[in-house]
Amino acid sequence: MDIVEELLKGNRLALSRAITAIENEYDEAMDIMKKLYPHTGHAFVLGITGPPGAGKSTLTDKLARAYRAQGKTVGIIAIDPTSPFTGGAILGDRIRMNGLTMDEGVFIRSMGTRGSLGGLSHKTADAVKAMDAFGKDIIFVETVGVGQSEVDIVKAADTTMVVLIPGMGDDIQAIKAGILEIGDVFTINKADHDGADKLVREMNMMLDLDGLMTDWRPPIQKVIASQNEGITETIENIEKHFKYISENGILTKRRTERSKNEMLDVLHSNIGSYITNKLVETGKMDEYVEQIKARETDPYTVVSNVMKDMLK
Amino acid sequence: MSNEKIQAGLDKYNASVEKATAKFPERPNLPEQRLYTPLDIKDTDYADEIGFPGMYPYTRGVQPTMYRGRFWTMRMYAGFSTAAESNKRYRYLIESGATGLSCAFDLPTQIGYDSDDPISEGEVGKVGVAIDSLADMEVLFDQIDLGKVSTSMTINAPASVLLSMYIAVAEKQGVPADQLKGTIQNDILKEYAARGTYIFPPRPSMRLITNIFEYCSKNVPKWNTISISGYHIREAGSTASQEIAFTIADGIAYCEAAIKAGLHIDDFAGRLSFFWNAHNNVLEEVAKFRASRRVWAKVMKERFHAEKPKSMMLRVHTQTAGSMLTAQQPNNNIIRVALQTAAAVMGGTQSLHTNSRDEALALPTEESVMIALRTQQIVAYESGLADVIDPLAGSYYVEALTNKIEKEAWEYIKKIDEIGGAVAAIEKGYIQKEIQDSAYKWQMDVESGAKTIVGVNKFQIEEEPPKGLLKVDASVGVAQCKRLADMKAKRDNDAVKSALADLKKACQDENENLMPHILNAVRTYATLGEICGVMREVFGEYEAHVNL
Amino acid sequence: MAKVRVLVAKPGLDGHDRGAKVVARALRDAGFEVIYTGLRQTPEQIAEAALQEDVNVVAMSILSGAHPHLFPKVVNLIREKGMDDVLIIGGGVIPETDIPALKEAGIAEVFTPGTPTGDIVDFIKANVK
Repeated sequence: MDIVEELLKGNRLALSRAITAIENEYDEAMDIMKKLYPHTGHAFVLGITGPPGAGKSTLTDKLARAYRAQGKTVGIIAIDPTSPFTGGAILGDRIRMNGLTMDEGVFIRSMGTRGSLGGLSHKTADAVKAMDAFGKDIIFVETVGVGQSEVDIVKAADTTMVVLIPGMGDDIQAIKAGILEIGDVFTINKADHDGADKLVREMNMMLDLDGLMTDWRPPIQKVIASQNEGITETIENIEKHFKYISENGILTKRRTERSKNEMLDVLHSNIGSYITNKLVETGKMDEYVEQIKARETDPYTVVSNVMKDMLK
Repeated sequence: MSNEKIQAGLDKYNASVEKATAKFPERPNLPEQRLYTPLDIKDTDYADEIGFPGMYPYTRGVQPTMYRGRFWTMRMYAGFSTAAESNKRYRYLIESGATGLSCAFDLPTQIGYDSDDPISEGEVGKVGVAIDSLADMEVLFDQIDLGKVSTSMTINAPASVLLSMYIAVAEKQGVPADQLKGTIQNDILKEYAARGTYIFPPRPSMRLITNIFEYCSKNVPKWNTISISGYHIREAGSTASQEIAFTIADGIAYCEAAIKAGLHIDDFAGRLSFFWNAHNNVLEEVAKFRASRRVWAKVMKERFHAEKPKSMMLRVHTQTAGSMLTAQQPNNNIIRVALQTAAAVMGGTQSLHTNSRDEALALPTEESVMIALRTQQIVAYESGLADVIDPLAGSYYVEALTNKIEKEAWEYIKKIDEIGGAVAAIEKGYIQKEIQDSAYKWQMDVESGAKTIVGVNKFQIEEEPPKGLLKVDASVGVAQCKRLADMKAKRDNDAVKSALADLKKACQDENENLMPHILNAVRTYATLGEICGVMREVFGEYEAHVNL
Repeated sequence: MAKVRVLVAKPGLDGHDRGAKVVARALRDAGFEVIYTGLRQTPEQIAEAALQEDVNVVAMSILSGAHPHLFPKVVNLIREKGMDDVLIIGGGVIPETDIPALKEAGIAEVFTPGTPTGDIVDFIKANVK
């Protein structure tokens, strides 16, 4: 099967295989991406993040249904953590979207973080592009928790939604710095639980204190995803944000920034692996490591010399 | 002997043990304490905590004479294939001395689908009998006098519909509803937590349950309206303490829902019954039964301020642990079931189903079912275990273990209260996670050899594949669909339509009791799938939460 | 960097997922990526999920006796989608006498009650493509 050709024709297995190639860093992945790239840039990418248990998958499910009702096609990338000890993962988001499986206009792919921090954002971005080239109108990227790796992942998104729930106690204090920075739209899920209004007040206060750099104030919407309440309003918020960034040149700026990041990501990872491979092949790797360990030299000197040698 | 003297003796004993264990290290996975003495129960007040049979807190049993007057009900769970086949098995069981019936329904019936629904493909008549409409129910109880027999039905999400069918069959036999005896399982919370045959979300499900409580308290007063089940929680992998704790937490949720719906605790609590698992560890199981009665009595008295003694009695049906049956050397299961039976009897159960040796392989054959029933009869008539009431009371170990299980149960109940009750704990996935963790630990213990299962991880032999297993023919599904089509062609379809429309309206009005409307629909031969379909439309469907 | 991806599914209507969940966890602990789809999955849903997730293995569990009908149906649907190399295995309460027909239909191995999870892991490692 010619993956690119088939993918562009709308073959779902080809899309699936393309994402596998990206995820597993198969040699052909680079080639696939080269050929797919000209077909990308049409999809709207929505990042969804928030702490575990916030109901992100259920919310994604409902939002996807709402977009489907508008006739739009949907791609979903759902990311779950890989165990650092075993390398295994339970990718459990799909179970909350079982109702979408038989909808031909929806494609769901679960991914494990596989222990890579920088690498994941790069792979996620490529998986998004594969779905984009496939022709999806909207692509959801759902990530777990909030942390540095999350911030990287949502850089792939046009609009980022942060999902919170009441009753998280002090957790909100710990994550607020991160979420304020990345949230374009806030959703308070499980709003029928105690403390929803209090959370909305706290969020508003934090936004007031933040001294926003732009004139976009992230809206805060209460939602009960399991009962489909607040979904329409959430979509309105997302669309308002998209309109705002489109009209203010922010979207262009973000996408320029993203293009730069994409290039740098590819550059870093390729140069990094090129040099690493060379060092391993020539046996220099072990040699340098031993010398550094024995304090005969230091990592900084080694890298300077290696770069002089290899990148002239 | 004073406690000081006992302590001195114990210290001396412990010193001697050190030498012995140095030479002969003990097996893993044993209770922490190797020996129990009066010191372990010195703080247990006999009158308050143990007491007498038929008296609060019912630790020693719910009836004053227990098995000295009458044995437990020997109730064999059965049902497969078509109503006609199952009817034959029921009549065979009654002739063999079974004293109650217990109906197993197939999965489409349990989830409210007709046999001709595409989703039912491959499942019709497999794990129980297929019931699509009143017509099937009439065949199922043909020549069985519903005025005499007591019938237990393992049905939950659509319990209201199956109970209505039973009432309607009785009407046709000329037996008034107030004479009917039996039980519907009707315990939806454990379906969400452990068994998986749910239909609607929790809120409308709880409404259906309280509607049944209310309807039966007026019209079917001898019926046990719910069997709050720990059995499946245990089968899903929980510990003994978790089994009773989660189940009693479910019981609390049902009581609260009924009270919120305007019922008085003493109007329905006497009709609540429980369903325990009889697992492999005999003494732990006996302690579990005793502890569960004590916890429930205290819940009813102290939390719900029940006044009628009957409201405080935890009456229990028991089934031996299906998950403990092994596919390897299946005849060994006869011994396991005998020990589990002993535990249930010494634990004071009100009725018992014993599993058949071949159930880890397939549905049981008639011969296997007979051995399982005979096991109960041997325990009852020959073993002497049923001769005195609560024979293990006063055992230092069993009393201490009863206290321990009770304590652990209270801790869980407190935790669930903090989460906001059983419904919230299930919605959060808390109960499911606790069960899964226990199940995983069990499996890992078996695989590491920390736990021995004879024939599975020790004492294995090369075996020939077993022969003569019961198989439900795939043609059953086809035949059942044809029966259904014939029935639909004959019934008054206008009457069905109007009954269903009326039911839909009733579903939309939260203050309406649905039972009379369901009964009406059933009488017109509206099918189970049609009735549940109407409710699905109004109530929606439950979406499971899984946290692995 | 390739990782073995396994779809753990329960086709049919039975709600007994103790085994499926224990197996899912054991597979995760063996370093696989496990996609658990939960109860009441139709053969069509399982095949489509297998395609979208591009799994190497589909592991199914049935305790109701519906396996002679449902297992082969899943195999056929997966093969129809062009996924010829997916390893498809089954487990549950399955009489020994049913196993030859299931294997004939394309189920690579059938694991009956009492199977250590380690055996399943080993089988996958030895046979996954």
